[in-house]
Amino acid sequence: MQELMAVIVAKYNYWGVVVLMMIGLYAMITKTNLVKKIIGMNILQTAIILFYVSIGAKWEAAIPIIAHGHGGNAHLINVAEYMNPLPHVLMLTAIVVSVATLGVALALAIQIHQQYDTLEEDEIIDQLKADYMNRR
Amino acid sequence: MNSQFPALIIVVPLIAALLVNIAGWLRKSLCFPVAVAALAASWLFSIGLLHQVLHRGIIAYRMGGWSPPWGIAYRVDHLGGIVLMLVLLVGLINVIATRGTAAQAFNDRLGAFYSLYLLFVTGLMGIIITGDAFNLYVLLEIASLTAYALIGMGGGRAPLSGLHYIFMGTIGASFYLLGIGYLYIVTGSLNMADLAVLLPSVERTSLVKMSFIFCMVGLFIKMAFFPLHGWLPNAYSHAPNPCASLIAPLTTKVMIYVMIRVIFSIYHPDFAFTTMRMGNPIVWLAVIAILAGSILAYRQDRLKRMLAYIIVVEVGYMVGGFWLGNRAGFTGAVLHILNDAMMTLCLFLAVGAIASRIDDDDFTRLQGIFRKMPFTMTAFVIGALSIIGVPPTGGFFSKWYMITGGLQAGHYAFAAALVTSSLVSALLFFRIFEIGYFGTFEKQDTDPHGMATAVQEAPLDMLIALAITAGVVILMGLYSYRLVSMFIDPVVPAAFMGGH
Repeated sequence: MQELMAVIVAKYNYWGVVVLMMIGLYAMITKTNLVKKIIGMNILQTAIILFYVSIGAKWEAAIPIIAHGHGGNAHLINVAEYMNPLPHVLMLTAIVVSVATLGVALALAIQIHQQYDTLEEDEIIDQLKADYMNRR
Repeated sequence: MNSQFPALIIVVPLIAALLVNIAGWLRKSLCFPVAVAALAASWLFSIGLLHQVLHRGIIAYRMGGWSPPWGIAYRVDHLGGIVLMLVLLVGLINVIATRGTAAQAFNDRLGAFYSLYLLFVTGLMGIIITGDAFNLYVLLEIASLTAYALIGMGGGRAPLSGLHYIFMGTIGASFYLLGIGYLYIVTGSLNMADLAVLLPSVERTSLVKMSFIFCMVGLFIKMAFFPLHGWLPNAYSHAPNPCASLIAPLTTKVMIYVMIRVIFSIYHPDFAFTTMRMGNPIVWLAVIAILAGSILAYRQDRLKRMLAYIIVVEVGYMVGGFWLGNRAGFTGAVLHILNDAMMTLCLFLAVGAIASRIDDDDFTRLQGIFRKMPFTMTAFVIGALSIIGVPPTGGFFSKWYMITGGLQAGHYAFAAALVTSSLVSALLFFRIFEIGYFGTFEKQDTDPHGMATAVQEAPLDMLIALAITAGVVILMGLYSYRLVSMFIDPVVPAAFMGGH
């Protein structure tokens, strides 16, 4: 038990991400309301963004802006003192992607609501079945 | 200028996508010429690029002059060059063929349609050409987001199908992103060539193995490999016709190219086949995909839906052929990427032409269609023969390579599944030929007042596009040997050369 706790405490950022991902996937699989599914999708994407952000962080490291670096090579830059900025920059792009996905999904949800007057998936399926039977 | 082809191919349609939107506000008739000009220019650049690749070998391009591994590198080899050329050809033929139907379907949203169209093609080209693993994710999402929007533009069940596609597609892309994140933790690099150098020293760690599995599962969702194909049939059969004939031939094929690219350029074929030992299980999954897809296709009573399930079967062919892990299987799978793009385009264009005249694709409505639309149906027959795998068409040769590969690898079930599904698709298409050729059409030829309703041949631009597509399907069959020796042989990795 103590070993398990040690693993969880040492890698708590990963465990947080895992929990968030599972919440997102759970919502996407089990919820019948389309907006809840969309929220689940966004939680999944946010979990991965947090994963990337957390792998760039370091203990006792400064933000990667060189304060005295101007005007020649007065001193060497000690890489260990700075956080890795690359994953954070990558996630700016991933955030844009996830916002765009959310936008398209919500736009489609609005269209679906106009068509069927509901966002509950089981009610929509009932309507589709009724339509199908009428056409037969 | 010649050295700038890799950037121009991407930049021209990207800027044209913005211009088309502006043109749509000013005057709707401007949209079509701008889109055609951009795609035609890009297609010519891709031919130029292919020429350069054939003469000078692999082309590496540094975007903005930043050197890898920090900058984004573009990389075009023989395989990438030919796939790039073909994707643009499909985009160009389709934009010309669907001029009339698009103007009808998206009357006041024409600018948006062409803008999304160009962005979709741009995204796919970026996926093919990029040499950076994270850049690939971004472009994957550009292509997917535009595909969601294009599908959602339709009426009826299209928005619902589009939303389901978003859910599945986002899970797939997130898995791929997670896999790349694992690789970044181990190596600190995102450039494909750099990763290929750094990975062999750490490839036995579970982190790298997990990253491989995440990337593969993500891509399997995106390419609709059988147990993960749930989104495809609805999305493709409810999409508006001009969008369906663009997305259906391209998305799944480009995703299979990405799978090959990820395995060749990031991981090593030896890692995928020897360390992971994933070859055999995936070929068995492909066998199930082929058989289940064939059965599901047989049960459909609508043309577009049947074609959507045939795409699921074709994905099974290509994934299985590649994972056989020998030269013949690989050659067949890659040749099938090229052939399948053209024959799927041919069939979906023919369905679009039929739907523009009959507005329903239920099998019973196709009675006597051969006499009313002889040219469209000729193209449809050529596409269908290629899907079945009848010799002069391209489909025969790629299937032949894959069956040979199956037998060489000792995977008789895969070879048997290929033959069985060919027979099933013969059954599927001959059922339609029978209805279309021998069915009587008195019933629907007259409306209630006894007037003959005018079901006539499709418009001329559509027929020309169909004729070109059908011609290319046959030419790719006749010249398949040269296709293989010029574009596929140079990229076969050493791992596939030995007898597995």
